[in-house]
Amino acid sequence: MFENILIYFVVIPLVMLGGLALCRDIKQIRAVAVAGSVALMGLSAWLLVQYLELRAAGATEPMLFTGEWMWFRPLNIHLAVGVDGISIAMLLLSSIIVFAGSFASWNIPQPKEFFLWLILLSTGVFGFFISVDMFTMFMFYEVALIPMYLLIGVWGSGNKNYSAMKLTLMLMGGSAFLMLGLIGIYYHSAPEGGELTWNLLEIVNNASIPHGWQQFLFPMTFVGFGVLGAMFPFHTWSPDGHASAPTAVSMLHAGVLMKLGGYGCFRVAIYTMPQAAHELAWIFLILTGISVVYGAFCACVKTDLKYINAYSSVSHCGLVLFAILMLNTTAMTGAIMQMLSHGLMTALFFALIGMIYGRTHTRDITKMGGMMQIMPYLSVCYVIAGMASLGLPGLSGFVAEMTIFVGSFQHADMFHRAFTIVACCSIVITAVYILRVVGKLLFGPVVDEHHRSLTDATWWERVSTVSLIVCVAAIGCFPNFFNNLINFTFSPAIFHVLGMN
Amino acid sequence: MSVTVPILILALPLFMFIFIGLLGKKMSHMLAGVLGTLGMGTVLVLSYATAFDYFFSGNPLFINEAGERLQHIVFDQTWLQFTDSLVIKLGFFLDPISAMMLVVITTISFMVHLYSLGYMRDHHGVFEKGFQRFYAFLSLFSFSMLGLVVATNIFQMYIFWELVGASSYLLIGFYYTKPSAVSASKKAFIVTRFADLGFLIGILTLSYYTGTFNFTDFTSSAVAGLADTFRVDLATPEAVLSGFRASAAPMFMGASVLTWALVLIFMGGMGKSAMLPLHIWLPDAMEGPTPVSALIHAATMVVAGVYLVARLFPLYLMESAALDIIVIVGALTALYAAMVACAQVDIKRVLAFSTISQIAFMMVSLGVARPDFHEGLGYMASMFHLFTHAMFKALLFLGAGALIHAIGSNDYTEMHGLRKYMPVTHWTFLIGCLAIAGIIPFSGFFSKDEILSAAGGYSMWVYIWMSFVAFLTAFYMFRLYYLIFWWKEHKVREGHHAPHDQPWTMSLPLIILSVVTCVAGFIPFGNLVSWNGEPYDFMAHFDWSVATVSLIVAVLAIALATVMYRKENPLPAKMKRALPALWDWCHHRFYWDELYIFITHKIIFGCICRPLAWFDRHIIDGTMDAFASVTNKASGAIAPLQSGQIQMYVWIYLLGAVLLGGVTILCLI
Repeated sequence: MFENILIYFVVIPLVMLGGLALCRDIKQIRAVAVAGSVALMGLSAWLLVQYLELRAAGATEPMLFTGEWMWFRPLNIHLAVGVDGISIAMLLLSSIIVFAGSFASWNIPQPKEFFLWLILLSTGVFGFFISVDMFTMFMFYEVALIPMYLLIGVWGSGNKNYSAMKLTLMLMGGSAFLMLGLIGIYYHSAPEGGELTWNLLEIVNNASIPHGWQQFLFPMTFVGFGVLGAMFPFHTWSPDGHASAPTAVSMLHAGVLMKLGGYGCFRVAIYTMPQAAHELAWIFLILTGISVVYGAFCACVKTDLKYINAYSSVSHCGLVLFAILMLNTTAMTGAIMQMLSHGLMTALFFALIGMIYGRTHTRDITKMGGMMQIMPYLSVCYVIAGMASLGLPGLSGFVAEMTIFVGSFQHADMFHRAFTIVACCSIVITAVYILRVVGKLLFGPVVDEHHRSLTDATWWERVSTVSLIVCVAAIGCFPNFFNNLINFTFSPAIFHVLGMN
Repeated sequence: MSVTVPILILALPLFMFIFIGLLGKKMSHMLAGVLGTLGMGTVLVLSYATAFDYFFSGNPLFINEAGERLQHIVFDQTWLQFTDSLVIKLGFFLDPISAMMLVVITTISFMVHLYSLGYMRDHHGVFEKGFQRFYAFLSLFSFSMLGLVVATNIFQMYIFWELVGASSYLLIGFYYTKPSAVSASKKAFIVTRFADLGFLIGILTLSYYTGTFNFTDFTSSAVAGLADTFRVDLATPEAVLSGFRASAAPMFMGASVLTWALVLIFMGGMGKSAMLPLHIWLPDAMEGPTPVSALIHAATMVVAGVYLVARLFPLYLMESAALDIIVIVGALTALYAAMVACAQVDIKRVLAFSTISQIAFMMVSLGVARPDFHEGLGYMASMFHLFTHAMFKALLFLGAGALIHAIGSNDYTEMHGLRKYMPVTHWTFLIGCLAIAGIIPFSGFFSKDEILSAAGGYSMWVYIWMSFVAFLTAFYMFRLYYLIFWWKEHKVREGHHAPHDQPWTMSLPLIILSVVTCVAGFIPFGNLVSWNGEPYDFMAHFDWSVATVSLIVAVLAIALATVMYRKENPLPAKMKRALPALWDWCHHRFYWDELYIFITHKIIFGCICRPLAWFDRHIIDGTMDAFASVTNKASGAIAPLQSGQIQMYVWIYLLGAVLLGGVTILCLI
């Protein structure tokens, strides 16, 4: 079992949990968190290299590094793992954000408990991305969600009990739909008389889900994952949840957890039920198209930094689901790029907001101003994050959005085109709310004279932000590397999806 | 041709941006400025060498045996691959107009780098705060603008288009503690972003139907068959280069999709080039430091829209409807901006509106260009005017900068009578004014004259209209000139605080640019730039009657301005009183800004954003909360049943038993 490299994505966090339990003071806790997250980053980088080598050597299976171990025989549940380019991209993203998040929570109160939950959460995330067994996947999904309740409820701020409860209940509501969908898929996973399976690859090969059932199960799974992807109208947990969550939790949640939604929508809903996806895509295209514009419009009038960013996430994540539903290679590649891009830049945003909030003790932009004079480093980072978000070429947002738009516009019919144009409008609205915040918060005169005594970033905050900025710029400057990584994976998958029609 | 030089032309400014941007705080002000200037100087030399090589070396890559100039792709590197045919490449494209733009951009940029060494400090030689940042941003801008003009495909152009917009944003907002500068930069970015939305949709449409982003693929198919390939040959798609999609509907809402695409792309150009009604950001952009206004908002970035249309000109030729729209927009803008310029008091705003008006001249000129009239004179004239205008408008802006630097205000009422104090500025500014007014032999005369000839070939009305605008141009420029340098003497103008000419770093660019302005008209431009690469004999198409008329118009306008503004007199005030409504509308720029404020604040924020945000919090979220509270209330209502009292349980048990028994009996009966 341990000869499979993927297992270590779960083993390392578990070892970290054990290590944390033994820690005596904050220094040791930090050491464990940093060492663990560096190890995870190294592991995902190594996995990337290995993967590329295998592909270069001519491996054409949809998933590499596969492994399968029986877990619960009566229901045929396995611990089945395997990765393709998309999962690797997600693993890289997660490990970078865990790394940046550890540095961003350098001085958190009750560090031991905090990091215990945070690492348990990341165990769930990593486990989710390496799984190809739907049941295991679902289990890891829940493992990632539950710690959120405690992290917000204990370490949060503002109306935290309400927010924690709301976030957990809404996501659990999504899970209920999801569970229904997954069980439905399981019972149709093999042709008449065959052995039922949870393994996604086998389900895809069998392609045995009856058409009628697909029409029921597809919306179930899509909505189930869509709730986590902040799909309109199931997005309202996001503004409240983010506003109350502590910095690192916001980073992880917006940066990685919301990606679980998009990833799941693709990997489970569309991958296994392409026929229904093709027929029902229009409903969800309308919903996600609304998300994109609606989130952006709402962000224009909010005054709380975290609310603005949460609505911006609704808009950007809406674009992810929107692109997935376009069902062509280019747009789907764009969706994955957008996941990476949004994950990195929104984590950067939340990190910076946390750092500013930690100093000024307010997130209300009407009570702040002129931060560029007071904390130039953090302000410059904020401008960079803003520019990435509004799609400046050279940063990640641009390549992701353009891939999505070009891909979506390849549909010849009026409906897809009209919605592509609607989604394109978001680039203008995004500019409005980003520049509004940048102009108010960073530029202009200092509003509160007490703020003049505040200090600029400390070294650990610099590590956290620089690591994210470097990644944002790397994707923005060398997009073709990521494009090929993702695209190669897509080709067989997309042929499968389109081949059904 | 080796690729080292073109790569260096792009890489050096980028490197300077990163280097000064990251390490600026660690180095002294002077070092950063000198480094930036030297870097730009190197790029200037390299660009001149490249342009010289292109135009004069006779290399068969650049010119064929018939003497036609060719388009040459020096390198083209894949940057992002969408589909097999839709690929974004980053490359270096050499053709007459990109070579010309290389010269224009690097010349003005270098002048501005040099000039700013003097401008960006106060009278005691103390550097402005953020001096290094200023040079970093200038380098970023130069990089983006150079990348834009050498784009090999429309998506590369879009990429650098956006980067240019961002560097313009950063430079307009250079004095970021000033709220007016912050809001001006925001306005500039958002207005141009809105225009870019049109550009993007245009690109999507165009690339969908042509299956390519590359300029050469667009244009080769266009020149080969001109108008008809696009629509008629759809039946035989293989005849059409790069495969226009036969299945797709080529018409949409009464116009061909090509027209739609071209008009949408032109919308992007309208934003950057400040055409009506997307012009409102440019006057406000004057909040930036004056050298920035000279570089970005007079000479280079704002002509990007003209350049874009020129780049796609073979495509535009296929759809004369799109060209007609350009003429209409251009003509309206030209008149509008010239009228407004007559009634402004801030000298930079006068120059800003003058820029808008002159760019509109270039647009009109492109719009009226047809191969069947003087072999596409309008195209050549437009590019020529772009070139000469860049030089003399940068000269005027830098002159205005010198005045502002000396006086400390943008308002001409605080200047008056400066000619004795600042002779260098005075003479160079006068040369600029003469050029823009169109007085022979300054460069503006030649280029404007050709534009008017081309307009005359298109329609007599456009010719008359544009001649009237030319009249206004000469009038408002000399009004400005007299009000700054003549009118009356201010009383306290002596001793240490008397305004005086600037240090050599500022004077030198002024002098160089005025020399260029004096001689640029004699460049045989037609031999270098023409719409299809064939050499164009300029003198054979020179129309002396048009030239005489426009010269008379200019002299009349200058005479009028002299009468009204040379010495202090009540004439201007009388005119203002005689036409109060006209003055009001011109002075308030026809209330466009108020209209925009109404639309953005009242309609977009008030009627869309706020209601949506309310809807989200109260209706959508309210529904979610309602689920929770219904659950809560329901459980609250049921909970008393579990009271723990045995008596009550017994009662309920009995009730249930009776009920069940009753039902059973009923069923049995």
